Amino acid sequence: MVHDRININMAKFKDTDIQALIGNVLRAGTIISISIVFIGAIFYLYRHGQTTAGYQAFTGIPDFLQRPGSLISSAFNFRGQAIIQLGIILLIATPILRVICSAIGFAIEKDYLYVGISILVLCIIFASLLNGHAG
Amino acid sequence: MSVLLFTLIILIGSYFAGLLGSLTGLGGGVVIIPLLTLLLKVDIHYAIGASLVSVIATSSGSAAAYVKEGITNMRLGMFLEIATTAGAMCGAILAVYIPTHYIAILFGVILIVSAILSLRKKAEIIVQHKSYLSEKLKLNSSYPTANGTVNYSVNKVGGGFFMMLFAGVISGLLGIGSGALKVIAMDSIMRIPFKVSTTTSNFMIGVTASASAVVYLQRGYISPGISMPVVIGVLFGAFTGSKLLVQSTSSRWLRWVFAVVVAFLAGQMIYNGVTGKI
Repeated sequence: MVHDRININMAKFKDTDIQALIGNVLRAGTIISISIVFIGAIFYLYRHGQTTAGYQAFTGIPDFLQRPGSLISSAFNFRGQAIIQLGIILLIATPILRVICSAIGFAIEKDYLYVGISILVLCIIFASLLNGHAG
Repeated sequence: MSVLLFTLIILIGSYFAGLLGSLTGLGGGVVIIPLLTLLLKVDIHYAIGASLVSVIATSSGSAAAYVKEGITNMRLGMFLEIATTAGAMCGAILAVYIPTHYIAILFGVILIVSAILSLRKKAEIIVQHKSYLSEKLKLNSSYPTANGTVNYSVNKVGGGFFMMLFAGVISGLLGIGSGALKVIAMDSIMRIPFKVSTTTSNFMIGVTASASAVVYLQRGYISPGISMPVVIGVLFGAFTGSKLLVQSTSSRWLRWVFAVVVAFLAGQMIYNGVTGKI
């Protein structure tokens, strides 16, 4: 019984560690990605501020934003839209990174049921990623 | 309209959407999509993509604070994310095939339901009965309050899981956090204390939205020119809202104002959907 109590306390202690880690990952991910979006916005508005905004009809997004290679090289050439898009991709990746961190945290805690559940969630997101690509 | 003016209008609109969304707990997405589609005539797919990005930003930003306080039930969130991410994936795939005017009508209906639900009086119920599944999945937990730590149990895990699947589909299809549906699943079905259900729902919204955002991203629904002002505006609005919430707790009249605004927007979305203008 006493042993059980100690185990519970240990688990609680580690749970708060995971919470702190996850909290930091989420905060850092949000701040960094929004900063990148902000920097991209300055370049974008400087270059395209006077052009006409046209989003009435759905035409997808420009080709250079769609392929990873050209997206990254455009961002390094200070193309505002590419920088913004990179920031947005990082923002989308933040919660996914959080799931990876929880999986690691649960593994340290030896809570294998929840390691499995975290991995299952990651697999679903991965399936979704492949599915979007297929279309 | 020039890009500069367009960006400025969205930025200001998104700021207020984020502010109201955080004060009322409905989220910013519900105002952003009507603003973009009805006022600025933006194609609904772009609007959904931008809204989804802002949902991720606010969820991550506020979850960071809640998780550290220890109110969020991480295991429950993780377990239910199986349902919400699977649902979101299906929703995002469906969105490609469903004609836009049906999406607009469905959006209006969900808006009205969310607005009504946000007006309900919330009673704090703490259940101690431990069900078999909640024991097995280690979902029963405790949370800190002003009067010390409170233990609570989770009920009807299967029912809650099913409701979350539905919440995920709606989130993926409409680009909103569907926090209202997540809270119903946890409040009314699983009988979790309100404070825990709200923070856990918020914790799950980011991952749910990411699961559908990866589909939208590749289909070209997430356009940097629209997403940029939306995400910056909503995030700062939500941040202001969270500061205001700490200062004043009586926001009942605000909920009413917001519910009326939302109902009006919902009516507009349904009208435009029915007449085929969206």
